[in-house]
Amino acid sequence: MFERRTVPAICLGISLAVLAAGCHKGNTPIAQAPPPAPNPAATTAAPAPAPAAAAPVVAQFTAEPTSIIIGQSSTLRWQVTGDATSVTVDQTIGTVQNTGSRRVFPSQSTTYTLTAAGAGGSTTASATVTVTEAPAPPPPTSPSNATRPGGYVTLEKGIESKVQDAYFDYDQSEIRGDSQSVLTQDAAALKALLADFPNAIFKLEGHCDERGSAEYNLGLGDRRAGSAKEFLVQLGVPADRIQTISYGKERPQCTESDEGCWQKNRRVHFSPGQ
Amino acid sequence: MKKLVWLASTATIAGSVLFLLAAQDLSIVIKSADRQKMAITDFRGSGDAQNYMAVFNQTLWADVESAGLFSMVSKSFYPVRIPQQPADFQQPPAVNTARPKRGQPPAPTTGNGLWMSDWSGPPVQTTYLTFGYGAVQNGVFVVRGFVFDMRRGAPSEAQVIGKNYLGSVDEAGARKAAHEFACDIITQFSGTCIAGSHIYYTHQANKMATKEIWGMDADGSNQHAITHFNTATPGSSFTSVSPDGGKIAFTSFAKGQPAIFVFSVDSGRDLRFYNQRASVNETPSFTPDGKQIVYASSAPDDYCCRIFIADVSGTGFRPITAPGSIDVEPKVNPKTGTEIAFVSGRSGHAQLYTMNIDGGNVERISDGSGEATNPAWNSNGRTLAFAWTRGYATGKFNIFVMDVVTHKYLQLTHDEGRNENPVWAPDGVHLAFASDRGGTEQIYSMLADGSQPQKLTSQGINTHPAWGK
Repeated sequence: MFERRTVPAICLGISLAVLAAGCHKGNTPIAQAPPPAPNPAATTAAPAPAPAAAAPVVAQFTAEPTSIIIGQSSTLRWQVTGDATSVTVDQTIGTVQNTGSRRVFPSQSTTYTLTAAGAGGSTTASATVTVTEAPAPPPPTSPSNATRPGGYVTLEKGIESKVQDAYFDYDQSEIRGDSQSVLTQDAAALKALLADFPNAIFKLEGHCDERGSAEYNLGLGDRRAGSAKEFLVQLGVPADRIQTISYGKERPQCTESDEGCWQKNRRVHFSPGQ
Repeated sequence: MKKLVWLASTATIAGSVLFLLAAQDLSIVIKSADRQKMAITDFRGSGDAQNYMAVFNQTLWADVESAGLFSMVSKSFYPVRIPQQPADFQQPPAVNTARPKRGQPPAPTTGNGLWMSDWSGPPVQTTYLTFGYGAVQNGVFVVRGFVFDMRRGAPSEAQVIGKNYLGSVDEAGARKAAHEFACDIITQFSGTCIAGSHIYYTHQANKMATKEIWGMDADGSNQHAITHFNTATPGSSFTSVSPDGGKIAFTSFAKGQPAIFVFSVDSGRDLRFYNQRASVNETPSFTPDGKQIVYASSAPDDYCCRIFIADVSGTGFRPITAPGSIDVEPKVNPKTGTEIAFVSGRSGHAQLYTMNIDGGNVERISDGSGEATNPAWNSNGRTLAFAWTRGYATGKFNIFVMDVVTHKYLQLTHDEGRNENPVWAPDGVHLAFASDRGGTEQIYSMLADGSQPQKLTSQGINTHPAWGK
């Protein structure tokens, strides 16, 4: 906050201070009182008893704008009247002319104090520039969005093109022969993807065909995902990079009622986890 | 070829014999043999009541018929004049054995419906007559309902029920009055009324939509959503109802992994069941005192599933079965509270087992053929309804009932699509189940002998019924 002082207000302030001190000498109170002082702070700025020579008066000390975003500037303007021998502004600005302006680039909210000193004493005024943080930048480009040495733009695309589904026999969660070869390749692919996407989590989804009950299949899908996880972990894929979820028969990828379709649905499918 | 035909006809005969034997063995009372004849007239209404009498008449007939207690007499046999109140009955004139004098008309032989004999004699030949009328009085829909035993000669001695039934002046009010009247009739004939009971089920707007839990009245009316998760997950299913009818427990993907939720039925409030940290928690059901829940969980190894029991809040859980197989769908015997029926893959494909509630005395009760799932206890504590593929291709489930003591069973559905998830109505003689017999999966009800199948839903896809008070 800055204070805009007017000469009558200062006079009134001084007069009040004089009265408060119990001294009847000095300036005669102005017969016609001006409106009440706009700001009590104005009175505290001139606490001294009335001196022989008046202290200099800070007619203006402002910051414009008073609120900036970090990196922007604000302009301080000041005007000192009266008998001033030195005018200084703190915050490394130092001695300035009686009247002037200065662009400032505060990196955090800063209160500037102007001190005008003269034979009759010194007067200070302050102006504050409020600095707000810049809006948060977009999150850093995640590994999954960057083009990686493997050439995959996203983890999802990488999984899609490098990792194959493992298939199961009806009502079985054991890894059958062909799925062992698939999962062995998958383990290598997952480890390669982890090199490209170090934060990657792989979700193993267990799925079933439509024939068993929905309740039992939720259990069967869980076991399929669990068996595949165990197999991959044995081949060196870190266990904490693998999540499992059973979708039972709730998310079929094929909806015909024949063995071709049923086989496609009896699977463990890979997707990015969270 | 010849042999095949012979086999088939033998099978049919054997089938019907088995049916008779089994029905007795299964100790489920379906009074098909000694059903009393019941005629229900179309009630007429005065004033504004007229608008709602069609709904009233339809509901009353359907409720009484579906109770399975009566042989309903078709309305086409009824006489032209329908009594609306007891005072409408007239006594036939005393029989005059003398020959009528020449020129005098012969004595009338019928009251056209206003003599009791018009109903007890041919062609109606009913034992009971339900009649009455509707009116609007002081802004209330009022039905005066009567049931007469037509075997008793005089109207003054025939009344079995005579009562007023009230409702709001709209279709819901007419339905309420009809349900209450039907309940009185069914109760009078020592049945249990299912009007007023509720069916909860899994509803899906279409094949791609998230599954939500819905509720409806026992006759399929008043279908409404209970959950509104609307998540991009498979959704919620596998509902069971607490014994007092106040809570439902179900399985949902709403928060990620399949987990158990307990909701208050009236407020639709999530009562926040505590789930064990596991890849699967599913198929919850209540103990008969409503204080505990049995369920299946893949805890602690994320390798599905053992049977657990916990407080209704989910805390204080402990395992009942050992790890090693897929054990799901535990159901506590509602009569004893000490026995659990469940499904297990421990001997191969899914089969039905029973055990003590402490996990001891495990016994397989299905014979090992096909897959047996979805056990549901009758309130008698002795009969299980379940779905079984026995005798059919994998996945072709039919509804069966079995006596858990003798292991005798009876097949209730035959070659009509895939039939699953049978659940007993509170009356112990009705079953609800899901079937795709009409193309899409819908909820049906039927009597425990397989008769009177009734389609209760038709919009979207509807499965996994649970039937509570």
